[in-house]
Amino acid sequence: MGAIARPTHQLVRMRGRSYVAFVFCPVVPIAGWLEEIDASIAHSPGFFIGKPVVLDLSAVDLSQPAIVHLVRSLEQRTIRVLGIEGVDAARLSSDMPPLLTGGRHCVLTQNEPKKPEVRPKPVSLLLESSVRSGQSVFTEGDVTILGSVGSGAEIVAGGSIHIYGTLRGRAMAGANGNSAARIYCQKIEAELVAIDGHYQTAEEIDATMCDRPAQVCLEDDLIKITPLN
Amino acid sequence: MAKVLVVTSGKGGVGKTTSTAALGAALAQMGEKVVVVDFDVGLRNLDLVLGAERRVVFDLINVVQGVAKLSQALIRDKRLENLWLLPASQTRDKDALTDEGVSSIIADLRTRFDWIICDSPAGIERGAMLAMRYADEAVIVTNPEVSSVRDSDRIIGMLDSKTVKAEKGEQVEKHVLVARYDRARAARGEMLSIEDILEILATPLLGIIPESQDVLRASNVGSPVTLNDATSAPARAYIDAARRLKGETVAMMVPVERKGLMDRLLGRRAA
Repeated sequence: MGAIARPTHQLVRMRGRSYVAFVFCPVVPIAGWLEEIDASIAHSPGFFIGKPVVLDLSAVDLSQPAIVHLVRSLEQRTIRVLGIEGVDAARLSSDMPPLLTGGRHCVLTQNEPKKPEVRPKPVSLLLESSVRSGQSVFTEGDVTILGSVGSGAEIVAGGSIHIYGTLRGRAMAGANGNSAARIYCQKIEAELVAIDGHYQTAEEIDATMCDRPAQVCLEDDLIKITPLN
Repeated sequence: MAKVLVVTSGKGGVGKTTSTAALGAALAQMGEKVVVVDFDVGLRNLDLVLGAERRVVFDLINVVQGVAKLSQALIRDKRLENLWLLPASQTRDKDALTDEGVSSIIADLRTRFDWIICDSPAGIERGAMLAMRYADEAVIVTNPEVSSVRDSDRIIGMLDSKTVKAEKGEQVEKHVLVARYDRARAARGEMLSIEDILEILATPLLGIIPESQDVLRASNVGSPVTLNDATSAPARAYIDAARRLKGETVAMMVPVERKGLMDRLLGRRAA
């Protein structure tokens, strides 16, 4: 087998890529304009660090030494100038940022690092009336119901469920994986009770628990219904 | 001020139409100007119970669609000059009802009558929703059995959320009317007791209508039970309920059949 390793030519690859740069438009007097820059840096320090900045000198008429001085002043403020536009190419020397043309306007998007999302603390919900058959209540936190929960009604809560009337419908507590959630009611005739996905249907609920205040909790992944007081 | 009253239940066959006719006739007998509106488009019955089926020319749908004027569709009762009927269409379905159409008809009826009693179709679909939509008060007809009570509970929830009053943050005044109540069977525990029904529904009681052959007999001759024999047990119960609707305080009791001595001796059923 005469496999010959051929030397491969490494091609120089070039790709276009565009970046969004801040464009500074200095105005005379330059000293006053620099003070304004200082003021905004004081307001949000580090805002310009690592951001590409372009100087647009079309509004001012600066000599070559003046441009050098301006670029240096900005560098002292940790603002590095990527390029210059709006000036005659003859005024720029080779050690200065290059002349740019053809820039287009665009909308600046804030690329602030995203703050870790603060989830609003689940608030508890209070219902002053009965929950009727066919109605559903969903809440992230706890729910307190002053009336009864009708047969065919459904309560789903991230936290615990407190019912001051009779529970005849379905109650699901700790729906977001909270196994410490509980269900309390004055009378339990429930069609279904569930905590953190573990459930018990009406058939399995101990009939002796009916007609008295009861609580439902989870013990070793098992639904446990105990009388209150 | 005119009052719009919806007679509803969720479940079918519990006595909505009978109750609409009986309450409407009872109120009309008390001097109120009453119109009963049949919302059961496609399965109309109220015209039969009122004995007006042979006089229907135009109906609710015709008025909604602008084919007929309201005054052309209204049928005056032959026995009670204060009682009017707005019949439903038997040939169309409930999709022919529009919210705007019902709204304008109810607004028009409000200017002409003291009581607008809407007979809701069974179910919770469009017809039932539109029947309750503009109601100020509601009579929820319930039979003493669990399925009927649960459906009533569902309807009460809808009265509290889907009506114009509820959307404005007000409350539709609700009353429970227990129909087809058999005292003997309830005593034997074969039926839900009134206490159980009221506990589940948590809504004030308007009346208890005893199960009676008089109801069937009256509807067969096309007469509201309160008109046919005002002394019968169901008629007296309906008249009491109508008085409570008017705001009178009437002691709650279940009227019983008055059987004659011969009936008792022969053990004859009132039929």
